[in-house]
Amino acid sequence: MIGDLFTRWAGEASAHAGQVDLLVLGFTLLVAALSLPVFVLMVVFALRYRRGRAVNRRHPINRNVWIEVSWAIIPFILIVMFFVWATSLYVDIYHPPDDAIEIQVEAKQWMWKFQHPGGQREIDELHVPAGEPVRLTMASQDVIHSLYVPALRLKRDVVPGRYVSMWFTADRPGDYVMTCAEFCGTNHSTMGGRLVVMAPADYARWLAEADVDRSLAAQGAALFRSAGCSGCHGASATVHAPPLAGLYGRPVPLDDGTVVTADDQYIRDSILLPHAQIAAGYPRIMPTFRNILDEAQVLRLVAYIKSLANDPPSSQSPADDHPAGGQPPVEQGR
Amino acid sequence: MTDRTTTIDDRRARSRPETGTGDAKTGDAEIGTEQVSYLRAGHTLRSWLLTTDHKRIAILYLISVTIFFFIGGAAAALLRVDLLTPEGDLLTNEGYNRAFTLHGVIMVWFFLIPSIPNTFGNFLIPLMIGARDLAFPRLNLISWYIYILGGLFTVVVLITGGVDTGWTFYTPLSSMFSNGNVVLAATAVFIVGFSSILTGLNFIVTVHKLRCPGMTWGRLPLFVWSHYATALILVLATPVLSITLALIAAERVFGLGVFDPALGGDPLLYQHLFWFYSHPAVYIMVLPALGVVSELIAAAARKPVFGYRFVAGSSIAIAIIGFLVWGHHMFVAGQSMYASAVFSFLSLVVAVPSGIKVYNWTATLYKGHISLDPPFLFAMGFIGLFVVGGLTGLILAMLAVDVHVHDTYFVVAHFHYIMVGGTVSAYFGALHFWWPKMIGRRTSVVWGRLSAVLIFLGFNLTFFPQFILGYLGMPRRYHVYAPEFQVLHVMSSAGAGILAVAYLLPFTYLFYSMRYGAPAGPNPVGATGLEWTVPSPPPKHNFATLPVVTGPPYDYEIEHEEAGKAGGGRKGKARTTRRDRADDQGRPTRQAKTAPGEEWQ
Ligand code: HEM
Ligand SMILES: [Cu+2]
Repeated sequence: MIGDLFTRWAGEASAHAGQVDLLVLGFTLLVAALSLPVFVLMVVFALRYRRGRAVNRRHPINRNVWIEVSWAIIPFILIVMFFVWATSLYVDIYHPPDDAIEIQVEAKQWMWKFQHPGGQREIDELHVPAGEPVRLTMASQDVIHSLYVPALRLKRDVVPGRYVSMWFTADRPGDYVMTCAEFCGTNHSTMGGRLVVMAPADYARWLAEADVDRSLAAQGAALFRSAGCSGCHGASATVHAPPLAGLYGRPVPLDDGTVVTADDQYIRDSILLPHAQIAAGYPRIMPTFRNILDEAQVLRLVAYIKSLANDPPSSQSPADDHPAGGQPPVEQGR
Repeated sequence: MTDRTTTIDDRRARSRPETGTGDAKTGDAEIGTEQVSYLRAGHTLRSWLLTTDHKRIAILYLISVTIFFFIGGAAAALLRVDLLTPEGDLLTNEGYNRAFTLHGVIMVWFFLIPSIPNTFGNFLIPLMIGARDLAFPRLNLISWYIYILGGLFTVVVLITGGVDTGWTFYTPLSSMFSNGNVVLAATAVFIVGFSSILTGLNFIVTVHKLRCPGMTWGRLPLFVWSHYATALILVLATPVLSITLALIAAERVFGLGVFDPALGGDPLLYQHLFWFYSHPAVYIMVLPALGVVSELIAAAARKPVFGYRFVAGSSIAIAIIGFLVWGHHMFVAGQSMYASAVFSFLSLVVAVPSGIKVYNWTATLYKGHISLDPPFLFAMGFIGLFVVGGLTGLILAMLAVDVHVHDTYFVVAHFHYIMVGGTVSAYFGALHFWWPKMIGRRTSVVWGRLSAVLIFLGFNLTFFPQFILGYLGMPRRYHVYAPEFQVLHVMSSAGAGILAVAYLLPFTYLFYSMRYGAPAGPNPVGATGLEWTVPSPPPKHNFATLPVVTGPPYDYEIEHEEAGKAGGGRKGKARTTRRDRADDQGRPTRQAKTAPGEEWQ
């Protein structure tokens, strides 16, 4: 049972985990070297100079600027070296490789839902292939949660109202614990599950066996019609609304003169908070879908619009051109 | 500091012109007969509840803060018993959440923040700077009533079922989703905030305006310096918390969209505002403790604090830099990577002044005359635990590491080392050190030593395993946990049992000493500082004539030679050696004025 701690919890499931452990080890040695002299000297002084003991107490010093400055500066410089190391590891967490498999995560009190690009869905369990970078795009339906996989030494708060992402490459197949680290209400401590890292071939088999009706983008395409988006953004629409083919990843000029990039967050906000950013040249007529669509549905719509990224912008009829949804935006796991 | 050889004049003698240069003890005894002690100036309940005497108000705080410490402690005991089993058989999930929220709210706002400043700060600052009271005595009393009002609200929250948001009240959980009594709890904290602000204001004005002649800034005791720094934070940071709590209430009650994204608000805005207060608040909790420890170390070693200016300056540096590090609570919350890097760096910077203090205390002990009495043992315990807490804080400030251990038991262990191992140890150290001054009687040295050691051991058994739990991945605020962790949790709960006994123990022998303790005399510990020049317990208005200070703080040198010459020493042994005296050649010899520390058993 205790063995589980060192495999399922604190096992090193990724190279990153090993680097964090190394950093902690090195830093612990440094702080031990800085503090042990204090502990030892305090005890030694307390015993040696205790009252009533005959010892040499000549020349006690009460100030010495050079000693002061040196024991402030030298430890500080040593610590700053570790700061650089720790920060560079942290910066890595913010730069997912372009070919990462993209998995969408929806958090809500008290469960985790995952959707693979091919449309496979799971709850409280996430299957990923070993050795391949995986990127999670996460949204929360209610309060703040935090996806935490100790064996990856990674966590990320899932803050409602925005997409957050986290990426990793797990190299060791196995079962790892996944928990919620941000207090999220009554059953916070039971909100968790497992991360299953599989050999790529096993993962491909798992993907094939999982029952899927359609890929994520195809589900989004269906939703695009049923929720009424195509009424304005579709080919036959008479309303003046921007076409969505070829939009993803491009710069969008706004009516206040700024330019933003059409990323996941921009698309989500356009659906849920349409009046926050108005594309230049279009009227302010889009209604909000806040009370109509939940985060999981919005994620599917985003996947669909993303799948049109490489279509020619001229196309006015995305929903009609791609009845089954386009290519998923990223390469799928094999 | 002035050169020692030129300041042989004893400022304590000068500070008491009405008794001339006579023996300190008899001199004070004479004053004692002229002036009634503050404890005897009125015996009715009314004379206590309407007092404006800073010493009586300090006692009122001491009682009320201690009561809240035990209420918060009871909640902690409940948590620890519940965590003995992985399923948590004692409480429901909801019950557990309510218990740790109340534990946190009570410990932070009703114990830790007021603990040292409002009791010892209130009692000692006027005595230490040679004033007759704080600048605004009535405001001081009002501040206590506000504290009590906030406390009553908290008790009502407790009775009406509690809150389940954690003491951090994160939104939108607190504003939209929680089914606990959030508004009432926020009101309680809102109210008690005003008590903090008024006390801080009072301290600042007092230190600026009421220092006695000769008490320059460079002669202020370090206890006063650290309280001055604390007061600055209290006044500057607390209003931010008040506003933030008011906004939560507005969102919850009126649906005003500030923090909830569904209403167009931003949950991270809440975290920024909350930690802008709450990180400096950690320094509100620990700076006074640092001041206490400087006093205890100097008195125990009978030596000036090494590098007085650095130690005093470091308190101010901590207070200032402490305002710039709040973002280190948000490394995984979604703030920008660049912001995180800056906050991480500043968090390392703030460790420097803390480190200076620790190294300087160690250097103070070098060649001192160290008494191993309870206050010193508590101070040693403080330093040990504070250093572990501080260094694990550095580990947390390392970005990539924090991503792993944030919101785990590692953090729980870290802040308990600082706040409980540190502040609470210093609180008990102060209680043992100044108790004879407050009550006028001595207390048991043996029992004091025993509880200092027990607190240290019990504390480590309780909280050290939590570092391991955290690094292995156990998140905090978990009622139900994986069975693999049980061994470490049982250890922690066992330590909590020891700690509970150790915290209760002092109250037995301190109460006992109130009646049966030997009279303390004005300076039972043989310390410098104006508070030791007045009788114990001090008279109502502290000083019959305002003292005049002519020397630096902590000028213990003279006492070494004198005590040596007088041949006094514990158990009759000569304390100083021949060589010591040889070193003192060329200095005027005098009779010992105060060396009663030797008799303190
Ligand atoms: C007998 C000693 C104590 C024990 C055994 C104890 C235990 C605990 C436990 C089990 C938690 C909950 C951790 C979690 O689930 O996240 C906790 C949280 C906390 N404790 Fe203590 N505690 C003790 C004393 C104190 C004291 C004396 C203070 C303050 C002076 C304190 C301050 C806090 C704070 C601020 C929290 C965070 C509350 C929160 O997470 O909302 N504790 N403590
Ligand atoms: Cu959660």
